[in-house]
Amino acid sequence: MEFAELIKTPRADNVVLHRPFYLAVEGTLCLTGHHLIFSSRRQDNAEELWLLHSNIDSIEKRFVGSLGTIIIKCKDLRIIQLDIPGMEECLNIASSIEALSTLDSVTLMYPFFYRPMFEIVEDGWRSFLPDQEFELLSSVTDEWRLSCINKEFCVCPSYPPVVVVPKSIDDEALRKVAMFRHGSRFPVLSYYHKKNGMVMMRSSQPLTGTNGRRCKEDEKLINATLRPGKRGYIIDTRSLNVAQQARAKGGGFEQEAHYPQWRRIHKCIERFNILQESLIKLVEACNDQSHNMDRWLSKLEASNWLTHIKEILTAACLAAQCIDREGASVLVHGTEGTDSTLQVTSLAQIILDPRCRTIRGFESLVVREWLQAGHPFQQRCAQSAYSNSKQKLEAPVFLLFLDCVWQILRQFPCSFEFNEQFLIMLFEHAYASQFGTFLGNNENERSKLKLPQKTMSLWSWVNRSEELSKFQNPLFEANSLVIWPSVAPQSLQLWEGVFLRWNRPSKFLDEAHEEMINIIKYNKELQAKVNALRRQLAEMETDDRMQENL
Amino acid sequence: VENVRLLDRLSSRKAALGTLYLTATHVIFVENVSETRKETWVLHSQISSIEKQATTATGCPLLIRCKNFQVIQLVIPQERDCHDVYISLIRLARPVKYEELYCFSFNPKLDKEEREQGWKLVDLNEEYNRMGIPNNYWQISDINRDYGVCDSYPTELYVPKSATAHIIVGSSKFRSRRRFPALSYYCKDNNASICRSSQPLSGFSARCLEDEQMLQAIRKANPGSDFIYVVDTRPKLNAMANRAAGKGYENEDNYSNIKFQFIGIENIHVMRNSLQKMLEVCELKSPSMSDFLWGLENSGWLKHIKAIMDAGIFIAKAVAEEGVSVLVHCSDGWDRTAQVCSVASLLLDPYYRTMKGFMVLVEKDWVSFGHKFNHRYGNLDGDPKEISPVMDQFIECVWQLMEQFPCAFEFNERFLIHIQHHIYSCQFGNFLCNSQKERRELKIQERTYSLWAHLWKNRANYLNPLYRSDHGQTQGTLRPQMAPCNFLYKFWSGMYNRFEKGLHPRQSVTDYLMAVKEETQQLEEELEVLGERLANLQKSQLNDDKVKSKQQDRSKQLGLSTSDNSLANTPQEYSNDLKSFPSRSPSQGDEEDSALILTQDNLKSSDPDLSANSDQESGVEDLSCRSPSGGGCLPSEDSGKDSDEAVYLAV
Repeated sequence: MEFAELIKTPRADNVVLHRPFYLAVEGTLCLTGHHLIFSSRRQDNAEELWLLHSNIDSIEKRFVGSLGTIIIKCKDLRIIQLDIPGMEECLNIASSIEALSTLDSVTLMYPFFYRPMFEIVEDGWRSFLPDQEFELLSSVTDEWRLSCINKEFCVCPSYPPVVVVPKSIDDEALRKVAMFRHGSRFPVLSYYHKKNGMVMMRSSQPLTGTNGRRCKEDEKLINATLRPGKRGYIIDTRSLNVAQQARAKGGGFEQEAHYPQWRRIHKCIERFNILQESLIKLVEACNDQSHNMDRWLSKLEASNWLTHIKEILTAACLAAQCIDREGASVLVHGTEGTDSTLQVTSLAQIILDPRCRTIRGFESLVVREWLQAGHPFQQRCAQSAYSNSKQKLEAPVFLLFLDCVWQILRQFPCSFEFNEQFLIMLFEHAYASQFGTFLGNNENERSKLKLPQKTMSLWSWVNRSEELSKFQNPLFEANSLVIWPSVAPQSLQLWEGVFLRWNRPSKFLDEAHEEMINIIKYNKELQAKVNALRRQLAEMETDDRMQENL
Repeated sequence: VENVRLLDRLSSRKAALGTLYLTATHVIFVENVSETRKETWVLHSQISSIEKQATTATGCPLLIRCKNFQVIQLVIPQERDCHDVYISLIRLARPVKYEELYCFSFNPKLDKEEREQGWKLVDLNEEYNRMGIPNNYWQISDINRDYGVCDSYPTELYVPKSATAHIIVGSSKFRSRRRFPALSYYCKDNNASICRSSQPLSGFSARCLEDEQMLQAIRKANPGSDFIYVVDTRPKLNAMANRAAGKGYENEDNYSNIKFQFIGIENIHVMRNSLQKMLEVCELKSPSMSDFLWGLENSGWLKHIKAIMDAGIFIAKAVAEEGVSVLVHCSDGWDRTAQVCSVASLLLDPYYRTMKGFMVLVEKDWVSFGHKFNHRYGNLDGDPKEISPVMDQFIECVWQLMEQFPCAFEFNERFLIHIQHHIYSCQFGNFLCNSQKERRELKIQERTYSLWAHLWKNRANYLNPLYRSDHGQTQGTLRPQMAPCNFLYKFWSGMYNRFEKGLHPRQSVTDYLMAVKEETQQLEEELEVLGERLANLQKSQLNDDKVKSKQQDRSKQLGLSTSDNSLANTPQEYSNDLKSFPSRSPSQGDEEDSALILTQDNLKSSDPDLSANSDQESGVEDLSCRSPSGGGCLPSEDSGKDSDEAVYLAV
């Protein structure tokens, strides 16, 4: 297919762009296969706006006489308005945008066409390979092994080719366990807590069904992670009720009788359309410019967004607490083990593991616990808060995770190497990107699409010093401790950087951030100067002394 | 009383056993645990209510709520003891004479001269001079020198030059409690001013020539404008109801060239109830997000804060952008009027956003103009209906502005919290009584100390590291977003949940940056010293003359500070065996602060955080109570009922 077929009017002049907190600008609008480009013709202040079609969530058109107006709502929650003279041009442009922003085929997406303009220092596709991660693990314990059982994705389509499992469990047993778990997602290692050797595993629900089926290998597998005489916790991310209902559909939960060494805790984390609706309501409230103080709070409350944040964080803290405080191993699962499960396991690691609070470590966490673990990004992030179509698969699961990280970052502003911008950047790229990293729903699909060969990795771009400097937290001082966030309502806040980003003036906050950076920069400069002088003095003094001795 | 248990509000499982002491000024709880001997001090004047609850098997519970939002729950083993404590506290918390208040016995070991110096720190005449007054339009009037015209006004007032004594007296007779229009703020760039008064006694049709002349005189004092705004800060309905009582508001037809404007700020009773409702939300035990947000909205508190801010913004805009003078009043002109005038001044003039300037502002718009501190904050036993968080609201407005303009204020959140504390503490004389007249009669300045001097002495603790006097944000008028950006107003947990340290961010950006700045200063000094030594050494090498520098040791010491800092930032670990405490933590600063004012009788009295909770590790313990620490009690769905197991577990 040629994109040109979809573009009936590639260019329109005298278009006026409206954005909140900016003066309206007049300029030229161009459509290309992947971008909407607006450039102002003002000589003093040439300005260009590039918008990926895939970033567009929905568009609306309006006409007053022959002046058409297109309102574009983006997945990054920005809303812009374009006034386009000429009804035909406007209609053409609107229909082109609509078509180009809803392309069916993944291979038509921009990452397959994007050619990087920067020098590639490190191929991001090879930055976080499972073998490297396993090497780190095997330096502290020999109780685990890498299994290639899922080579060619034949056992579990949503798992990566290699997974980490207890050494004592052979591949044959794994195959049996896979049959007993929803979507074949058998329990695998998610995190090893060096401090006390406790582990966190994740899986999907067991297929016990109504007649209480059991699987000896499954029991053996998870028991293999327990120390003699110790007990573990199973954190089920569904309410007991939901878990019981799942039995009717062949799913279920671990029966105490069959797993006597494990205690099950149910923490209810919502999924799918409940989350999507929550996002839609929240963004609606944030964009509503008319309400008074009271209605704002009640709308914030009615969106339930912060309630979801609280639930997810609480479950993650609980998992971390079981591991670090109780000295117990933990298995986390919900139904499929691709959404709430990953929220819990990845957040627990941020709480427990200082490495996950560094930039590199966090990237590695996103790769391990989200991309390789098979979170279906393409389905979940197909639409954002402005979508009209009611599809069942969209849900802001990853955004909720990032929001939870931001909440912890806010409570521990000096313990993270990255800043808020880094999290916002990940949110943007999960929904629309020039990079192939978040395309596809799992490693299987990514390998079929040949993404590593045909597209650029987000990490190749981010991990260059020019980009990294934007994402570094000036307050960071490495902190090797476990960090326990507060989950009280008073401690949780709306993530303004994302939800109010486009409708609040940020000048004063930006200035404050700049000031912060300057204070620290000046301090570092002085330290360097003092050290240099000290060294110089020391040298001169030794010279002196040598002369003296002569 | 011995064997008293102090309960932790977040978890009933964790209670500290100790001894309760009642002194003339404080309630003191000392924990039995020998190595920490954690002490909790509460000033009697901070106690807002005491509740004796039904006796249980373990003892008799006593709930003490404080005006600085601390809630203390004690369990006393013997019912009789509990009753005695209860009766004593009721008496002690409600003194009837000013002489019983703490400031008359508080002695920070300063000599007479220092005390006098302290009171001179804030000088209002100097402040009016700073504004450029007296000048061609404004003059000082001594008409109230014996409080003869208005007993709630100060002796020295600034009025338009063209307002004769006859006009002033005439106008005062036409105003509630004779609070005639007087100058609050003058903008020397454009001659626009903010004046304040009480409501006119207009009833349905009364008028007063002198009052009309008075407003005319205010207008004339600003030649650049042909009208003035008259801002009535009450809701229109309230103002109209007042007409029936012979009071009311200005009729535009009777006054030439005024534009009249209502700004609906609710009265003290609505505000008192609103705060009460919000505090109930803060006190909820493990509330859900919905409970909290719904309760917060239902209290209406943030709506009221916004109304006050909007009024201030309106006035600041009129003065700065339109160059029009404004007369502000409410009913008596000592609550809402004080709030609104001071918010507007703060927006208009960068000076009031400095530490010294803020003290001046409070002294000007609140203390001197007769805000009824004693009645509003219940220092002496009085009518509970007079109590209202008027000043608390102003302080919160400042905090909300600090959130929106992080570089604009010289002082930090702690400064505001400590001022709030001392409005109620009665430890310093500044906020005693209801008017200047009463304070003079009591000879407050000779018998008590000034809070401002105390805060000024410890100013290093109250600095905002992001403030720079040459920063763009510190210049000129602050222009906050008006409606509809309601999301800009946030719940201030640092104030209303200030004793629940577990709820706050565990690392303070402010403290971190202050430490960095301090280190920077040390580095600057060291750089200078090293530079000198280098120069000397180079010279001495030339002269082949060896001079051993004595400064070597010193520089080594300074060098250590670098590594100190990285260590200091170690955040709280929530295990109980933690002994060290991060030196950058805020409570540490408070301890130092309070150490400066130890009293002779070794009453470690005065500083808010210390008197409340002297234990440094409280932040640590707060959280450790959230983890089911041992006991072999495994959390599971079966133990879900036992919600104290861990906050994370609460279903």
